[in-house]
Amino acid sequence: MYNQTEIIKDTSELGAEGELVINMGPQHPATHGVLHLVVTLNGETIKKIEPHLGYIHRSIEKMCESLTYRQFIYVTSRMDYLSSHINNLGCALLVEKGMAIEVPDRAKYVRVILSELTRIASHELWLGAMAMDLGAFTPFFYAFREREMITDIMEDTCGARLTMNYIVPGGLMYDIHPDFQKKVKAFITQFKSKVNEYEDLVTNNVIFQSRTKGVGILSAEDAISYGCTGPVARASGVSCDIRKIYPYEVYDKVEFDEVLETAGDSFARYMVRVKEMNQSIRIIEQLIDNIPEGDFVGKTKNVLKLPKGEFYTRVETARGELGVFVVSEGGTTPHRIKFRSPGFSNLSVLNHIAAGSKIGDLMASMGTLDLVIPDIDR
Amino acid sequence: MTNEEIKEYISSIAPAATFDETGEWLNVLLEPAQLKPAMAALRTGMMQMNYLFCLTCIDFKTHLTMVYHLSATTHRQSIVIKSNLNREQAVIETVCDIWRTAEFLEREVFEMFGVDFTNHPDLRKLILEEDFKGYPLRKDFEDPINMIKL
Repeated sequence: MYNQTEIIKDTSELGAEGELVINMGPQHPATHGVLHLVVTLNGETIKKIEPHLGYIHRSIEKMCESLTYRQFIYVTSRMDYLSSHINNLGCALLVEKGMAIEVPDRAKYVRVILSELTRIASHELWLGAMAMDLGAFTPFFYAFREREMITDIMEDTCGARLTMNYIVPGGLMYDIHPDFQKKVKAFITQFKSKVNEYEDLVTNNVIFQSRTKGVGILSAEDAISYGCTGPVARASGVSCDIRKIYPYEVYDKVEFDEVLETAGDSFARYMVRVKEMNQSIRIIEQLIDNIPEGDFVGKTKNVLKLPKGEFYTRVETARGELGVFVVSEGGTTPHRIKFRSPGFSNLSVLNHIAAGSKIGDLMASMGTLDLVIPDIDR
Repeated sequence: MTNEEIKEYISSIAPAATFDETGEWLNVLLEPAQLKPAMAALRTGMMQMNYLFCLTCIDFKTHLTMVYHLSATTHRQSIVIKSNLNREQAVIETVCDIWRTAEFLEREVFEMFGVDFTNHPDLRKLILEEDFKGYPLRKDFEDPINMIKL
């Protein structure tokens, strides 16, 4: 952290050229959370960006070491709170893999539908917030109009609008709401008739295009080297969709395309997310009428004990690859748990893509990385 | 590539490596001194492991274990590289010149476990405050204010 005297000292050492260190955050409206960036500027050009993390660090990995395999799932909803279902799913899959628990088909279908609804809700929020960062206020309301329908569906079925805890090892906590299918279909109809409005408002907007095209370019090699995943890497042409590479649940039974762009700039990252929403709708459409009847949770023991060993599962959240790594000593709690969070790796690329550009472009570069700070700090 | 071929290849770079195939992926245990050349060979040689998707450390009370999960975007085969470190003097060479993502991940391991990464360009605390004492993810860490008893 820099205090004022250090800033003055820094500038004096650099002579005539001059260098200005500014603190962006931790209370900055465009960082969408408590992210602190120390930006070194030369005039308006960014020389270096140093993220300072930890303002919302809750030490989730340490907490999980004292929680049982049923309890630790609830904490993970608070990591990437916009993908809470998918975080829960990653942990549930790990316990099911370790203990060889059979999951009923009904639960698998509902889990995938909820994952995709979560993905759409997350991208909707990102779309509104990202456009707002760049000065366009209106898209926020358009995006939230559709997102509201999803949060209503979540409220009915999962009992919460944001930090849902619905997926448990073995299946689901309870059965879906009787209106679930009807409401999801109503949402699909609404979304399809309104998605073109985003194109008119944002995609074809000349100001938006000139602010994002050619800004924050990330090459495919760098994306892999920095460990970027999700839409950030796919916009650079890296095929990294876990749903395609290592299919889990029923993703191998549904048809969808992995959205790839090659430009690697902020506009490409924007396009990937908008197209991904349409692919998610496609997945939901194939599943919503075919949810099998039967149990919603498989038979599990009351006390879950993972055998001694190491387990790793990965799922595709709205931000990229979430890896859950558990080292078990055979007891009821994990010996060590590590969450490979997509936001952490995506943040590490920020200095690389934004250094050399103007400070105004930092908003476009950072906005399209889609950072969720609790996911980075954990 | 089969596990046998990978084992043969790694043995040719690091003769002292030991293997464990009980888990999902092939686990390779290397001496800390051999880690860097072996990693460089895995990245550039036959395997082309260009994707380091997880880097972390485990405290086994008697020793620390560094764990590197490697994969490749071409053939998608994953292997796990491990290295045991002394708890009192945990020193290992950095891999962040091979995979850029390691820079932040190693900073996290540095502050949480107290592992010293030699030749790291910017080894400072990333998440914790600068004056934080102790290594919170070690098993013997005790915080008098926020107690977590294991």
